[in-house]
Amino acid sequence: MILPPVDPNLEQQGPQKPPLRDDTRFAAGKIAVFQYAAVGIFLFLISGFWKLQVQHPEEYDERAQANSIKAFPIIAPRGRILDRDGRVIVGNHTSHTLLLARETFKEEHLAPIAQGLDLDLDDLTRRLDRMRNQPKWAPMILKQDLGPADLAFVESHRDFFPELVLIQAQQRLYPQNGMLAHLIGYTGEISEDELDSPELAKYDPGDIIGKFGIERQYNTTLMGVDGSRQVVVDNRGQVRKELANKPAIPGKDLQLTIDLDLQVVAELAMDSGVKEMGVDHKNGAVVALDPRTGDVLAMVSRPAFDPNKFAAGIKRKDWKEIADNPDRPMLNRAIQAQQAPGSTFKPIVALAGLESGAIDNKFTVHCAGGVALYGRFQKCWVYPKGHGTVALHAGIEHSCDVYFYTISAKQGIENLAFYGDIVGFGHKSGIDLPGEMPGVMPSPQWKLRNYRQKWYAGETPSVGIGQGALTVTPLQLARAIGGLAVGGVWHHPHLRKDLDKSEKPAEWKLNQDNVKDVVDGMFAVVNGAGTGGRAYLPNVEVCGKTGSAQLASNEYVKSVGGNKERLKDNAWFVGFAPRENPEIVVAALFEHGVHGQYAAPIVKDVMKAYFDKKKRLAALKNQQQNLTAGLERMVTLGLPDGTGRGFGPAAGLSPGAPGESPAAARKPRPTTPIQAAIMDAFAPSRPEN
Amino acid sequence: MSRYLSPRDIDWPLLIIVLLICGAGVIQIYSATMDTTFHSAWWRQILYVGCGLLLMWFILAIDYHSLMHHVPMMYGASVVALLGTAAIGATVFGSKRWIPIPGTGIHLQVSEFVKLVIILLVARYLTDLKRDELEIREMLILSGLVLVPMALVLAQPDLGTSLTYMAVLITGAFLAGLRWKYVAAIAVVAVLVVPVGWTFFLKQYQKERLISFMDPERDPQGNGYQLIQSQIAVGAGGMFGKGITHGTQAQLRFLPVPHTDFIFSAFAEEHGFVGVVVVLSLYFVMIMRIVQNAQTAPDRAGMYICMGVAGLLLFHMLVNVGMVVGRMPVTGIPLPFMSAGGSSIWSNFLALGLVNNVRLRRFVN
Repeated sequence: MILPPVDPNLEQQGPQKPPLRDDTRFAAGKIAVFQYAAVGIFLFLISGFWKLQVQHPEEYDERAQANSIKAFPIIAPRGRILDRDGRVIVGNHTSHTLLLARETFKEEHLAPIAQGLDLDLDDLTRRLDRMRNQPKWAPMILKQDLGPADLAFVESHRDFFPELVLIQAQQRLYPQNGMLAHLIGYTGEISEDELDSPELAKYDPGDIIGKFGIERQYNTTLMGVDGSRQVVVDNRGQVRKELANKPAIPGKDLQLTIDLDLQVVAELAMDSGVKEMGVDHKNGAVVALDPRTGDVLAMVSRPAFDPNKFAAGIKRKDWKEIADNPDRPMLNRAIQAQQAPGSTFKPIVALAGLESGAIDNKFTVHCAGGVALYGRFQKCWVYPKGHGTVALHAGIEHSCDVYFYTISAKQGIENLAFYGDIVGFGHKSGIDLPGEMPGVMPSPQWKLRNYRQKWYAGETPSVGIGQGALTVTPLQLARAIGGLAVGGVWHHPHLRKDLDKSEKPAEWKLNQDNVKDVVDGMFAVVNGAGTGGRAYLPNVEVCGKTGSAQLASNEYVKSVGGNKERLKDNAWFVGFAPRENPEIVVAALFEHGVHGQYAAPIVKDVMKAYFDKKKRLAALKNQQQNLTAGLERMVTLGLPDGTGRGFGPAAGLSPGAPGESPAAARKPRPTTPIQAAIMDAFAPSRPEN
Repeated sequence: MSRYLSPRDIDWPLLIIVLLICGAGVIQIYSATMDTTFHSAWWRQILYVGCGLLLMWFILAIDYHSLMHHVPMMYGASVVALLGTAAIGATVFGSKRWIPIPGTGIHLQVSEFVKLVIILLVARYLTDLKRDELEIREMLILSGLVLVPMALVLAQPDLGTSLTYMAVLITGAFLAGLRWKYVAAIAVVAVLVVPVGWTFFLKQYQKERLISFMDPERDPQGNGYQLIQSQIAVGAGGMFGKGITHGTQAQLRFLPVPHTDFIFSAFAEEHGFVGVVVVLSLYFVMIMRIVQNAQTAPDRAGMYICMGVAGLLLFHMLVNVGMVVGRMPVTGIPLPFMSAGGSSIWSNFLALGLVNNVRLRRFVN
């Protein structure tokens, strides 16, 4: 190949030019310097690679992996909480949880993030500080259950805050309006104090645990084990590849003994007002038990709080509102209110008297509106009127204080305390809820222990009418009367349906004639001329006892004058039904309800719901049997059975069938379980009526 | 005196080395652009290299003395073209460096080609002096001539490319016998000028790049990001690398522009220290061959041209590879013969053509 010749003009010009200094030798030394410089530069560059690739490759390899390999937690859903029929009380709904990747997190981002997500900056700093001993890759939960505004903030600031990681999580969904709030409780991020306690030490900061109620009591059952997902991401956080996937182990469902049908009625009974008193709601508590097993069928405490506010981390303002409320909404009055039972204690006094032989059912007392005992005139509640001559039956029926002053003085405090202890007063019932209070069953030993004083016989009569130092919780009262009603077996109340029943109930051999005498008296309270007429139910033999317990002496109330509302008598009612072989016992405390008769309708409503449901279920069962029989007839006749679908008992016809109710399964929104329960409770399917 | 030139006299070892480097570049571009919108870049790069060889062939045909004769015209054309870029150029990544060529989809980077004019300009000026030492007056005139296109490129803004002109100037001035006292004087002036330049001429992003070069961990997500990610990529490569298409830093795009400015970072990640030493050795031999051609050049003009090319390429290596290992600040200049992009490839093959041009005519006298 031949290249074209050089420009001939140029060559011609060449010789005409003056001789130029055109040797290149003068630069030889400098070219050598350039060569040395080049060697130097290449060694400089290679040493750079040596340092990075040969001396510390692991460190950079780790950082490359940290860039691209991310571990996200898969948060295990908590188990659902079901009622005794399998209806969902507490479920989960899919929500977004925002995590903070602490390894890429920049300190100065905290303030704008807190502002954008409406979080408390101080609180956030504290929580972040708490995580400092955790490995860097462990993210912190920044906010749960993100709303649309939060999501918009996160999406639009993806490039600014790469440390924000959005994951899907199962958010707790509690009933609204405070239904079952105290019983169910709520969950929250584990606190530093809790981490120090031995039973919670296995958890890590940032874990969500049960904080209150059932959520806390059965946390280990309900809480699952979080899984994790290891993925390869690119520089924009897009997942390119999945490396490992350890699925979360969901928590186990927990079935309670609570019957939503009864619970709803009890809640509504507390939320409705009393016209005569001019109040539009009631504070207090309701407890319904099955006295044969100790199953808690319903438990209400008022005022309530909204656990949903706690579920995603409570805001400081909301917490302050709850903490500052003088009515103490966080108090579960069913197990924590220790109040004088008033006259509801009288059946126990009567029983104790009969059992000890201090009295018999023919023992009479004359009530002239009061009686002088131990040098003090004690008034009956009908003072200045009197009950005349009363024996046991009339004493209970009319709740004659004079009768009970007398018989308690006659049997003595030791005997009262003995039987009070048997029925469960003065110690915890052992219900599976945290924070139960024991109440007080006064006795000479109790007084000596707590006050270092001798018991004065003059104190005994007030204990005999459920006053004095005696205090009980609504749960204790329901258990005591229930155990009496079934003839002397006091089961330990419990909420978990499949609870290990190995714990023996408290038992005492009672003379069943004595039991019958007391029960007859209580029957008369409701069905006779007694104080509990408002608990009357047609076709059901309801027995009960009212109580109006003083919070302060009449003289003290007069002297303070001012805040009288808070010093008004508490209204109690405790009742069971039926009279023979009772199936349900209900205790209701209506704080400042003045008279037990105002508490009676609460108990009546719950009992009515119980017996209505029983009837409804019986009718349904009947119907199903007829259907099955018809189907069998069709089969024997050789007729096509139309695939049989829709005929089987599992087709959701029975509200008592285990499993989620169809309505709840379709639409797991907060109102659904309640609505379903209300529908069931008020279903117009009463074929007998 | 031979009137005919033979292709036998082309520096074939140099050409083969360069083509090996180009091959490594194409493979790396292929790997780095997999699954991205630039995935066609590797075969485009092959086309560019082919065109580059044709351009080299073309420039071989014109005697370099003839080229030097037309330096004033080429210089004027360069200034006009740079002004034209400022007027009609396409803005990419916030700077106006490219002139779109209608119908081809190719964007020409004028400043890349101006490098060649600067090489010829310096060579012509220094040759015309016909002295063994460079006086300060002449140095200032030459600097003034180089400074005009440099300022235009700096205004685009493109600090890296404008600095390459400076590299050519310094190489030339050094060879021409710039006295040490003037070197000292220039250093003093530079020290005085730097704060002024910092205040008035450097753009904010350029300042931040320099700051983050001093302390990349200061802002790991921002300006230090590129430096840190590049060092991570290099370090993660280890001794033998992760294998082609297996470098996570490049494949998952943590590494910025892994097929252009940071191609050597991606290469180091996938081929490790061994691959790096092999390719850097090729580059070293390439530069040494060019220097050898300077030594055998028939006249000063040829020597200045070859050394200008050598100085230019050495500066590219220092700045680009130095940036990859975190020993130089981030200035966006490509790695010769490896980085994807037509303008860079073509200007480098043209420079190679100049070297061979000189070589072909080494026996002319």
